[in-house]
Amino acid sequence: MRDDQWLDRDAGPVVRPYALTGGRTRPTGESFDLLALVGSIDSNTVDPMLLEPEYFEVMRLCRRPMSVADLASDLDLPLGVVRILLSDMRERGLITIRHPARTRLTDPQVLKDVADALRRL
Amino acid sequence: MPSAGFELDVSPVSIKILIAGGFGAGKTTMVGSVSEIKPLRTEEVLSEPSILVDALDGVEQKTTTTVAMDFGRITVRDDLVVYLFGTPGQHRFWFMWDELALGALGAVVMADTRRLADSFPSVDYFERRGLPFVVAVNCFEGAKRFRPEAVRTALDLNPGVPVVLCDARQRSSSRDVLVTLVEYAIKLISDNEVMSAI
Repeated sequence: MRDDQWLDRDAGPVVRPYALTGGRTRPTGESFDLLALVGSIDSNTVDPMLLEPEYFEVMRLCRRPMSVADLASDLDLPLGVVRILLSDMRERGLITIRHPARTRLTDPQVLKDVADALRRL
Repeated sequence: MPSAGFELDVSPVSIKILIAGGFGAGKTTMVGSVSEIKPLRTEEVLSEPSILVDALDGVEQKTTTTVAMDFGRITVRDDLVVYLFGTPGQHRFWFMWDELALGALGAVVMADTRRLADSFPSVDYFERRGLPFVVAVNCFEGAKRFRPEAVRTALDLNPGVPVVLCDARQRSSSRDVLVTLVEYAIKLISDNEVMSAI
């Protein structure tokens, strides 16, 4: 059987993104929001040779804290895959994940600031 | 928790706004006109009922599905960022809506007067969730102009829900829609009506 009978341009990536996660489809540990902020520890303290390339890329991108959604978009990986990568990295102490400051959404002054800023766009 | 990490003096405020509406109503155009638009993919494992619906004899069972969303970010200040998410239109992707709606400030429902019925599912969804929303009537060239009140009646909206006319291609027009939504959310919070929804 020839390979090209099975693979055409509609077949999608030959290695499915979940190969990156060892086939798992659910993250472990405490769940986190699309807008949770991911920050990496100082990558100088970690030997890059010991890290999976995706881990290293996440650490590079998150030197400045970045939202999960931004990260998935920049990595060009599906959200579900990124969530699993991040939960694994959190377990290994390579990143921290902070919940978005949601309580302040009920603060009318914060929202007035948002409205004023949007008007200046 | 790991000991090392980042610390910020103040947690930044992230505001999430959903841009919903029927196919071709102008969601992508609106996100793109006010923010730097980026694609965001989500690949999800289909639940059993969906697999049954999608299964075809002789076709290998598909267990994951890819949804592409429009995603935009407006950095207001270092500590204040507005995120826009264009909601995936097809109803089989509604599992994403619940996640998107969680913690959202509110939503814009884009309406095309030539296909008003396409807005019904979005209006229904946000009404049921108690999420503040505004209806933005995208004024396509060649489409008959409707008065906002006529659209309100056709969509059977509650009296307080703002209905605005817009041109999603224009940055200033899309911006005004977002301002209308934020002001409406402030009003609802002052009226103490949405405390439980946030």
